[in-house]
Amino acid sequence: MTPVIELRDASKAYPGGVHALRGVNLTVDAGELLAVVGPSGSGKSTLLHVIGTLDRPTSGTVRVAGYDVATLSDSRLAALRARYIGFVFQHFHLSAGRDAVANVADGLLYAGVPLRERRARAREALARVRLDHRFEHRPHELSGGEKQRVAIARALVGEPRLVLADEPTGALDTASGEVVMEVLRELNAAGTTICVITHDNEIAHALPRRVRCRDGEIVADSRTPAEGARP
Amino acid sequence: MTRDLKPARLAPRDILRVGAVGLRARRARVVLSALGIAIGIATMVAVVGLAESSRADLMAQLDRLGTNLLTAEAGDDVTGQEVKLPKNAVAMVERIGPVRHATATANVDARIRRSDVVPQERTAGVTTQAARLDLLTTLGGEVARGTWLTPAGERLPTTVLGAVAAERLGITRTGEAIMMNETRVVVVGILKPIELVPTLDRVAMVGFPAAERYFGFDGHPSTVFERSTDASVEDVRAVLARTVNPGDEAVVKVSRPSDALAAKAATNEGLTHLMLGLGAVALLVGGVGVANTMVISVLERRQEIGLRRSLGATRNAIRLQFLTESLLLSALGGGTGALLGTAATHGFARSRGWATVVPPWSLAGGLAATLAIGVVAGLYPAIRASRLHPTVALNSA
Repeated sequence: MTPVIELRDASKAYPGGVHALRGVNLTVDAGELLAVVGPSGSGKSTLLHVIGTLDRPTSGTVRVAGYDVATLSDSRLAALRARYIGFVFQHFHLSAGRDAVANVADGLLYAGVPLRERRARAREALARVRLDHRFEHRPHELSGGEKQRVAIARALVGEPRLVLADEPTGALDTASGEVVMEVLRELNAAGTTICVITHDNEIAHALPRRVRCRDGEIVADSRTPAEGARP
Repeated sequence: MTRDLKPARLAPRDILRVGAVGLRARRARVVLSALGIAIGIATMVAVVGLAESSRADLMAQLDRLGTNLLTAEAGDDVTGQEVKLPKNAVAMVERIGPVRHATATANVDARIRRSDVVPQERTAGVTTQAARLDLLTTLGGEVARGTWLTPAGERLPTTVLGAVAAERLGITRTGEAIMMNETRVVVVGILKPIELVPTLDRVAMVGFPAAERYFGFDGHPSTVFERSTDASVEDVRAVLARTVNPGDEAVVKVSRPSDALAAKAATNEGLTHLMLGLGAVALLVGGVGVANTMVISVLERRQEIGLRRSLGATRNAIRLQFLTESLLLSALGGGTGALLGTAATHGFARSRGWATVVPPWSLAGGLAATLAIGVVAGLYPAIRASRLHPTVALNSA
């Protein structure tokens, strides 16, 4: 089976000699739930951008959902993101003034789904993150944890193969953070591959696989024996 | 796994919806920057509308009055003496084939005073003319009060006053008398303004026989009026001078009174152009306002751009979004401006008693200008937005 993520000797260097990634090799299979941990500046954000095809490596190959990123034009990369990848950001990036359903429906906008279907699927996605009582609420009427769950609903509404979460609990209190991680685990249990970036070791330890970054390299890759259901 | 990845096209409705997102979030700014465009378009639509309404009114007036009236007026000869037209000039003009009516007036040397206590030197700025009985119907004039000259009255010392003449003499009722030289003459009628020949508004008219009997008038007409069929106006014009005064046609001035009205329709064009220019400047300033708003909007919404890119928006989609936003913004201004301009035209036209005419081409032109401004103002910010690197956009504060 094709891995969802496959990095071969991927490096990212910025002009001025900063190496954000140095020859990273990483393979993530479908259905995995992994944490990418490391201190700030370790290159884990760059790793997430490269995996998410928001950025291209300066050398090495990156395959996402089987597509070699280097061979795709900018607009095809956009289509790849629209169809196969969902993003969750630390600061949610919700559109102020628009209700939860509208925000989540935006996750399908660039996949060419008609409005009526977008909104119907947005409601389903909100129900999956246990927010079916918050359809008409706008971001400023929601708590931090609820906002992040709206953002997760937006990421998963297109049923992507891969969800990339960048510090999803970073702006939340512990209790809200736990709910968010629980939602992510549930998604994973339903089959979505999830990659969580965090600097929080506690969160990382609760996940089945942990990849540790330092100075742009992967220094450790450990797995806890599977505890729950994996298809 | 080698399925081709084709970015989905946004439906037109979605393009509009996404373009409107940024506008709905910043309403005050939208109103202010659309206002500039609105003022420009309103000015231009109103200026064109007013010019057209006024022109349409003059044209309607011309239609009503007819353009088939010609006048042949006796000029002065080389010594400065007024030339005398032959007494039978009207009869000769009537013999021109297409001529339907011909009539005449003549200058009469009779000084007019309000009464015999006013000294001779103080005339009222009203002159005396002899008029044939068919003058009124030929010119399409109407009586405001009293009657026009009658076959009996044209032999008696009675007069009909033009509208201005009556005003200058302070006469509002018939039956009053005025002085012509030393003769008391009774006012039997007052005319409404004669639109085609306004000079007749300032005269007091008496019959030809009365003029000869009381004021030593020699019976020679000074102006001949004729109406022909519309199609033959130019043909008649070519022979009129020669017919009226055979032998010395050069001293006869032939004119078409409706030309003066038609010229009036063209006289305001200079002002119209100036106002249009002002409107264009307002429009330009409005366009700069829209461009400014769009540049700021792109700067403020870098995170949104990054998010949309992560959701799968292509550069094209981002460019289209901001271009649409700019177009909507200026279209909002343009639509408001067109409404305001139409309303202003309507209000002003009503106050003048004109029918409101807002030519569709001015609205279409305004709309086209609006859209052009929207594109020009939005293009640069939209391109900047689309070139923003997704990770840079996401990481910007």
